[in-house]
Amino acid sequence: MTTVTEPVKLTDGLQQFIAEWKDRPGNLIMILHKVQEEYGYIPRQVAIQLSKELDVPLAKIYGVITFYHFFKLRKPGKNKISVCMGTACYLKGGEDLLHELETLLGTGVNSTTDDGIFSIEAVRCVGCCGLAPVLMVNSEVYGKVKKDQLADILAKHRES
Amino acid sequence: MAFKSYVLVCGGTACQSSKSEEIYKNFIAELEAAGIKDEVQVVKTGCFGLCEKGPIAKVLPDESFYVKLTPSDTKEIVSEHLVKGRPVKKLLYQGEETKKLAKIEEIGFYQKQFRIVLRNCGVINPEDINEYIARDGYAALEKVLFQMTPEQVIEQLKISGLRGRGGAGFPTWLKWNFTKEVNDFPKYIVCNADEGDPGAYMDRSTLEGDPHSILEAMTIAGKTIGSNKGYIYIRAEYPLAIHRLEVAIQQARELGLLGKDILGSGFDFDIEIRLGAGAFVCGEETALLTSIEGERGMPKPRPPFPAVKGLWQKPTVINNVETWASIPVIILKGGAWFANIGTEKSKGTKVFALTGKIKNSGLVEVPMGTTLREIIYDIGGGIINDKKFKAVQTGGPSGGVITADYLDTPIDYENLQKLGSIMGSGGMIVMDEDDCMVDIAKFYLGFTVDESCGKCAPCRVGGRQLLDYLEKISKGKGTREDIAKMKQIGNAMKRASLCGLGQTAPNPVLSTITYFEKEYLAHIDDKICPAGKCKALITYSILPEKCIGCGLCARRCPVNCITGEKRQPHVIDQSACIKCGECYSVCKFGAVARK
Repeated sequence: MTTVTEPVKLTDGLQQFIAEWKDRPGNLIMILHKVQEEYGYIPRQVAIQLSKELDVPLAKIYGVITFYHFFKLRKPGKNKISVCMGTACYLKGGEDLLHELETLLGTGVNSTTDDGIFSIEAVRCVGCCGLAPVLMVNSEVYGKVKKDQLADILAKHRES
Repeated sequence: MAFKSYVLVCGGTACQSSKSEEIYKNFIAELEAAGIKDEVQVVKTGCFGLCEKGPIAKVLPDESFYVKLTPSDTKEIVSEHLVKGRPVKKLLYQGEETKKLAKIEEIGFYQKQFRIVLRNCGVINPEDINEYIARDGYAALEKVLFQMTPEQVIEQLKISGLRGRGGAGFPTWLKWNFTKEVNDFPKYIVCNADEGDPGAYMDRSTLEGDPHSILEAMTIAGKTIGSNKGYIYIRAEYPLAIHRLEVAIQQARELGLLGKDILGSGFDFDIEIRLGAGAFVCGEETALLTSIEGERGMPKPRPPFPAVKGLWQKPTVINNVETWASIPVIILKGGAWFANIGTEKSKGTKVFALTGKIKNSGLVEVPMGTTLREIIYDIGGGIINDKKFKAVQTGGPSGGVITADYLDTPIDYENLQKLGSIMGSGGMIVMDEDDCMVDIAKFYLGFTVDESCGKCAPCRVGGRQLLDYLEKISKGKGTREDIAKMKQIGNAMKRASLCGLGQTAPNPVLSTITYFEKEYLAHIDDKICPAGKCKALITYSILPEKCIGCGLCARRCPVNCITGEKRQPHVIDQSACIKCGECYSVCKFGAVARK
């Protein structure tokens, strides 16, 4: 793990957001959402910076980040694949899709391919149960997915 | 200006994922090209409910119901139907029950439904407040602000018999009344939109299709109990619903329906959105409030109840999306009207997300007291591929399974509880003969163990132990004593856990043991999985007398463990087989056996 010590400069969008939320009660989760929106995950240096700006112990920030599934500590791939593991999708073969993706990409769930192009994640219900099994690539939803469509879906996003 | 016809295009998440946005844009472009854009209005609505057949569009006034559209179909609908007045028959919904072309009121899926919560979904454009107002929107708020006292509002809720739709079914009027009686300010109003049950999406569709109904109801509650501030706690995984809420809040503020001095009444109320971050336990009210406060979402012991000490230790009314959406209708039509619908103890309607092995997956809203059989067969159209119904699971990870013997039970809070399940938020997952009950129990336990916050030992330790037993059984290593142990642990968890998550987590295990003990015993005594789901207990083999040696299975096998000469029976190398079942599903000659 690389250890960078100098403070990072927060993006303008984030700084503005912090300024807006700084004095509102219960702001930590909302600010962490913004961090993840800007960086794709929550980099350690940003968390350290937040701790100073909000005057909240770093331990508390990490306590919150690790409690919630939504917050990520590692950088996701350029394309984030989320395979729905809700009940409807599970019954209709969501797990098979996940295994097939792991085989196709040669990487496991919750990790990123070596070239950094894809990361795979198993997620809770995305609320499209009528279309089960469902997977999402970034924010695009694919419904009623069959295993043999996966290669095409990957190819489409690999190019873009 | 009045339009001659209207095209309503579904803009719910499921339809949007199959290109309904493009369909919407194409309609506008095609109408312009045909020179009739002033005669036909295209509206992007919320969810129609019949997600299975999406993307959906409805043409008014003749109510033609187009299903499974592609963006290129719009050209034909415009030139044939909207220009020449001839509906495009091949694109209309084909009623399986009648084998004729159906209008919306003829479709079995809609016939037994009764829409209160979903009254505006698929009817109005959720991003236009005027359409909500045109359908009596904010009239209930006006009534509460100028014609009713807080006591009268609570009285109407009491008469209506409305109970919390989030799961537990606590009477809504009582919750409001407790909060109203406490003399401690400020007070807060909270909407629980942290729909975490995997397999349920009714709250999502309500928020996407009719966001103003929630804002109106929360404002009514604010006026009634004396609060000026509301929070909507919504899953971050629902970006479209968040967007529509933001638009709705903005529009309501512009029209003076939120903010200072609402409609000149002197009453102030505003609403803020707070995002959840993927923690199932935050659906529990005390955990949810802790999460709004920016902390780890751990539940707290009750009492004190949120009605007395809630958000920031102040009195708080917290209700679920579906409960909120029912309130404006109750105020307008009266509690007695609402109480007329449903059973003796469960009034009104309930929305279910009907999914799993069912023909018509989608959202259905039915009066309480409708039977499971009516929902599954009349509305849902029965089981996919006409397989045998095995069980229906209600209440998600907190609920249990219900078998064919009980399909005629009228649905209400008490009946479902008697059967070992719960109403829950409204997930209803249909299972067929291919689903293994041990595997299902394992699936739910895996979920609750992962989601347990770890604060209390019964849930943290008990859940883990239950899961370990289930894994053992699914591998064929279980014993009969394990079942007794699971019952003991499950009952202890029910009694001793701190919050609803731990108290209900054993339900999927206990109810599958009650109704499908034989299936557990098959795993334990005979080391077989009757449904063929538990991988450790199944073997695939090729029947030499049926195999023609086409080689398809060998080509499709992901681990290349099938060998054989051309036109000769093939063989599976059992030591390398990963039991993925690919050979079984691709063989056209039934030559692969699964045992």
